Amino acid sequence: MSDLAIRAEHLGKLYHLGARERYRTLRDTLTDSALAPLRSITSAFQRRDSAAHGSVADNAFWALKDIALEIKLGESVGIIGRNGAGKSTLLKILARITEPTTGYAEIHGRVGSLLEVGTGFHPELTGRENIFLNGAILGMKRAEIVRQFDEIVAFAEIEKFLDTPVKRYSSGMYVRLAFAVAAHLQPEILLVDEVLAVGDAAFQKKCLGKMQDVAGEGRTVIFVSHNLGSLANLCPRAILLAQGEKRREGASGAIIAEYVALGKQDRGQVVWRELQLAPGNERVRLRAARIVVNGQVTADTDIHQDIQVEIEFWNLQDGAHLTPSIHLLDKLGNVVLASANLASANLFQDEWAGCAYPRGLYRAVCTLPGDFLNDGYYSITVVITTDVSQPQVYAREVIAFMVHDTGAMRKEFGGEWLGVVRPRLAWRTQRLMAEPREGRLEERE
Amino acid sequence: MPVIWIRPTRGWASFNLRELIEYRELLYFLIWRDIKVRYKQTALGIGWAVLQPMLTMLVFSVFFGRLAGVPSDGIPYPIFAFTALLPWQLFSHAVSESGNSLVMNQQLLTKVYFPRLVIPLAAVLAGIVDFAIAFVVLLGMLVYYGIAPTPAFLMLPFFILLAIAAAFAVGLWLSALNVQYRDVRYVIPFLTQFWLFATPIAYSSSLVPDAWRMWYGFNPMAGVVEGFRWALLGTANGTGSLMVVSTLVIALLFAGGLGYFRRMERTFADVV
Repeated sequence: MSDLAIRAEHLGKLYHLGARERYRTLRDTLTDSALAPLRSITSAFQRRDSAAHGSVADNAFWALKDIALEIKLGESVGIIGRNGAGKSTLLKILARITEPTTGYAEIHGRVGSLLEVGTGFHPELTGRENIFLNGAILGMKRAEIVRQFDEIVAFAEIEKFLDTPVKRYSSGMYVRLAFAVAAHLQPEILLVDEVLAVGDAAFQKKCLGKMQDVAGEGRTVIFVSHNLGSLANLCPRAILLAQGEKRREGASGAIIAEYVALGKQDRGQVVWRELQLAPGNERVRLRAARIVVNGQVTADTDIHQDIQVEIEFWNLQDGAHLTPSIHLLDKLGNVVLASANLASANLFQDEWAGCAYPRGLYRAVCTLPGDFLNDGYYSITVVITTDVSQPQVYAREVIAFMVHDTGAMRKEFGGEWLGVVRPRLAWRTQRLMAEPREGRLEERE
Repeated sequence: MPVIWIRPTRGWASFNLRELIEYRELLYFLIWRDIKVRYKQTALGIGWAVLQPMLTMLVFSVFFGRLAGVPSDGIPYPIFAFTALLPWQLFSHAVSESGNSLVMNQQLLTKVYFPRLVIPLAAVLAGIVDFAIAFVVLLGMLVYYGIAPTPAFLMLPFFILLAIAAAFAVGLWLSALNVQYRDVRYVIPFLTQFWLFATPIAYSSSLVPDAWRMWYGFNPMAGVVEGFRWALLGTANGTGSLMVVSTLVIALLFAGGLGYFRRMERTFADVV
């Protein structure tokens, strides 16, 4: 068992809802304790009061339930899950920031945790001072920091601003410095949470490279990220968490695929069962909008899959000329594209395009091709017009979905892929000449 | 290779001194940060460390010494007040800084592991620099008033430690309570103000009848302040038992605060 880095059994964490957002004031405790005897008296007379006591238990929830882990020395393991699946709670327990409610974990070796970059940075202190402060906070010895100081400064590319207070730094410089300190932390076991989502593309690439070095040096890394592409490249093995429980563990590729398949709820679909409450007016009403991938309603897909946007609507006026359309928006709300079922804007011929619609319920489906969108969050606005340009339904961002990276386009480059779209395009390179001919460098052919 | 065990703990946790020593560098850096940052972007800078007790002394001298004619055990009133104000300011600053320290550093609490005691302790210790600077002024005043040191002067380090221990003890209670109840933030200014007048700073504890003097020691700062006067000015009018009582009260407060802090600390990251 000497090659074991982390082992955990039955790890669980119970949170009392509200306890995290709202702290108690003394008054609450005082009134609670003042009312306590009263409550016990009344409950002696009333049976159903026990239900009120039960509600205390209802307010509690298990952020993490019965987790078992075994991670070997030198292994890199990714942890995947939606928001609230318990990833951060698990890291916090392993980092000893919070205690588990049940179970135990044993950790062999010095643990460093990077749950955030720049923890403890003080804006009034200079870059130099913050390197020492932050290093000490992350658990580095003073001598270690001194030894690696030049390397940290070079990595962060802030040589000129070393003696400037950090509050005068640009956010890019700030993040670079923060990551540089963190990247030089050299514990045997490193816990990393989402910190790669910082900086510009070039710096992200550098960070990812650094992380790969760390993993390559035989250190144990546990890595939590929403960036499935970099996770897949960094960690051969992954663990999928859902609702606080370990759903599955195994090779990263398979786990990511399962995770994507898991996202079948959320805002991938919206249905209005009451006609009067649906967006629209007495001429047209929306009934439903949904994202369908491989025949399944979902809010998660990957960059390679075709995405079908289904719109169901009631035409309430005989003979109306209807045009369903969509706007695709990125996470910042920029319109990526607009598309409408107009004969000249359709790849295919649609039998209803430009027709007079009899009364009834219709479904229009628009297909967004795979290998087209970048990874990230997208939302869809549904617009239905009469006579091409008269909007009758204008439902803003009614559905949304996540496009996940798969790692298939990540064999070489691991940083942030710029752009709203990420189509696979054709590249062709030719060798034109062996040596530049004298005086004819300008010539093209 | 060290093995770390993580499991739920219950009840009273023991005080892990070894771990605290292991993290002494972090303690050092946090103290250093607090000192560096304290007077950043102020025009007078470290001058505030002198100005605050000096101005308070002036106000006290005018209103209590001159106008009200409060007796000062035969010592010139300004130095009588200043000697008491030094440990008081050390105490009151340290209490308010450490009382708010955990909440101020909640980013650290929720993101990194380290012995939580380091935070209020650093906040208390950072105040020593201010104290040291003001102390130089006090020495100057002693020379000016021609007050020669007595053998009791050797006891001064003990009373300085006692002031720090008192501040740390109260800071432990307040900082841990503050994580749970933010009321503490509003209690602290009121508490220190009230405490200032309940402590023999503007007046002498000899105002209290002899039979009751000892019980005055239940205000731990009474013992510290009278100890300072005794060590520096040589005034000892039956305050010995008062100092003993204060020392005991501080020891109890400290033990209780440590216990309470250690008990609460496991939920700090979840609650703060």
